[in-house]
Amino acid sequence: MDFTFTDDQLTFREAVSRFLMTEAAPERLREIWDTDTGRSPELRKNIAEQGLTALSVPEDCGGLGMDDVAWALMTQELGYYALPDSLADAAYVAAGLITALPAGTASREEWLARIAEGSIRIAVGHPVNPLVADANPANLLLLADGDAVHAVPREQVEVEANPSIDLSRRLARVRWTPATATLIADGETGRALWAQTLNRGVLSAAGQLLGLAQRMLDLSVDYVAQRKQFGKPIGSFQAVKHHLADVATKIEFAKPVLYRAAYALAHGEAGADARVSHAKLACGEAAWLAARHGIQVHGAMGYTWEVDLQMFMKRAWALDASWGDRGFHKARVANAILVEGAALGPGQTFEE
Amino acid sequence: MDLAYTPRQKAFREEVRAWLAANLPREPLASYDTREGFEQHREWERKLFDARLSMVIWPEALGGRGCDLIEWLIFEEEYYGAGAPMRVNQNGQLLLGPTLIEFGTEAQKARFLPRMASSEDMWAQGWSEPNAGSDMAAITSKAILSADGTHYVVNGQKTWSTRASFADWLFGLFRSDPGSSRHHGLSYLAVPLDAPGVTIRPIQALNGKQAFAEIFFDDVKVPVENRIGDEGQGWHVAMATAGFERGLLLRSPARFQYTARKLVELYKANREVADRDPSIRDAVIEAWTGTEAYALSAYHTVGRLAKGARIGAEASTNKIYWSELDLKMHETAMRILGPFAELTGDAPEAVEAARWLDGFLFAQAGPIYAGTNEIQRNIIAERMLGLPK
Repeated sequence: MDFTFTDDQLTFREAVSRFLMTEAAPERLREIWDTDTGRSPELRKNIAEQGLTALSVPEDCGGLGMDDVAWALMTQELGYYALPDSLADAAYVAAGLITALPAGTASREEWLARIAEGSIRIAVGHPVNPLVADANPANLLLLADGDAVHAVPREQVEVEANPSIDLSRRLARVRWTPATATLIADGETGRALWAQTLNRGVLSAAGQLLGLAQRMLDLSVDYVAQRKQFGKPIGSFQAVKHHLADVATKIEFAKPVLYRAAYALAHGEAGADARVSHAKLACGEAAWLAARHGIQVHGAMGYTWEVDLQMFMKRAWALDASWGDRGFHKARVANAILVEGAALGPGQTFEE
Repeated sequence: MDLAYTPRQKAFREEVRAWLAANLPREPLASYDTREGFEQHREWERKLFDARLSMVIWPEALGGRGCDLIEWLIFEEEYYGAGAPMRVNQNGQLLLGPTLIEFGTEAQKARFLPRMASSEDMWAQGWSEPNAGSDMAAITSKAILSADGTHYVVNGQKTWSTRASFADWLFGLFRSDPGSSRHHGLSYLAVPLDAPGVTIRPIQALNGKQAFAEIFFDDVKVPVENRIGDEGQGWHVAMATAGFERGLLLRSPARFQYTARKLVELYKANREVADRDPSIRDAVIEAWTGTEAYALSAYHTVGRLAKGARIGAEASTNKIYWSELDLKMHETAMRILGPFAELTGDAPEAVEAARWLDGFLFAQAGPIYAGTNEIQRNIIAERMLGLPK
């Protein structure tokens, strides 16, 4: 029993953090926000060169075969820097779905190789999300028709942009007509693929929310330590301290929930759905509170476009309801604990 | 990350489970806030000790079993999972015990720890004074070293001392340098409560029982060998004790997971009534998510400690977390029980309700004792986040 990360995993996280610190600095974010596409080919190229697009692609398809647990660390960094790119959707969520296809299905190996090298953008139209993120710049869309999974080239779909409060989320209504040529899985297989894809999407959103919460807390701590009123830094006032202490506590107790969920997913545990939903709820609540208290302690400055807080706040508000809103996830938790014979209480935290 | 228990850990779980199944008291013990219940609990603690299951993480030579922290968590899961009685000697075992292991002399460890593990000696705390609660450095009770250096003469008053009406010993901070102020010049002493000059006045808690007491010292002689740590260094020693208290050991996750399980059962049995208020179902779900998060955090912390990490001010997040969780769960139970929630144990129709009421009353104290949650939030802000004083 060891519920901690290896030194390698922590070193990897540190490296990702250092890379994003410059590549996705707030100034860069603002520049990319201002572009029509909301995407930077140069940023994507640098991400690919770092090997980040290859992380969850299996080794025999040119990737690094990293598991969900390591991704739980990675997604926190993506959130911390509010990366303006759909890296997680393509390199983790879509890569997972395609990897799970039987070998030889359609262009499975080719797609995985292209994900690894970063030369393909894949958008995922999971039924839980009403709109598809990144549909416009995608080369390929994975779309649902009931249980069936279709891989549809961009030119075969009609895309209507639905701008988000978060300018680096590019959402779209996608209209398309299912055809046998694009079908890659259906029936029981399709259902299982969408179920697994949902959990990956949720875990990825949860990790990002936790990273966002930490970033908003850090920005708030910096701000209240330098902003003076009544001749003192406002961070010395107890009311301000208590707001931020509450955020720190929420974050502290969301972290291990995220890690437990990642492990459950990586090991295909029977209770993975509830664990993953729990992570989304805990991380979403941490991010929501970090945003609310963050804007409060920034005072009127928090309500402006000028301070960096807004970029992280908007991403948090957006992600909180993506990949299933709180009601959806509470229902999944309830399905696990309020049924007859549910394994609850002391000694049930880990599966034997 | 490998979340499978080792064969040794599994075998330990089996052993504890089997022992509890064979030895648990058939009837619930009386409240340890009464003389009768206190003695029943002492007997139960003795039984645990004889099976070497009292203080599983202490070294064997001191009455423990030498378990690691994961095994401790397993023990707690089995203990509370079986519905075993609350531990009556927590102040000694969970707070003074680790302090003695870290700061005590070999003679003090041998003298105090095994008797503490068996609950032959029951301990009360002597921190708070009428004007030194959250502001603990305002302590004025004095312990003046005699001219020949053999003993201290203690005068003053302590208060809010849990179960001091029945306890045998008290540990706490006293001002040993009369000219000192704040956290300087304090010494950490163990005082026998039957010593001449000690007067104990019970204070009735909300439930009408003698949950705590105030203690008056009138020229009480305390031998110098009862001082833990160096003369004048009491604050330093006490801070370590407070760390144990706020941290993991005082409130193991299993205790709250057990409450969450009972709450889910209570909700399911009363669903028709409870669901008239949809927020109750929500609160029941949060009982599970909240207690699981607390358990996971404990395992994560224990894993980090095993790898040599030091846990600092983030321990204060624990105190806030478990106390608010416990309160919320008991509030939810009261809402489910509705008009039955007010019934005390004497009421023929109380059945399970009275136990929830007891728990609800006790949960009210959680955000206050062991350092108020307001103080914990200040600690988090200043020491964990680095905000200015």
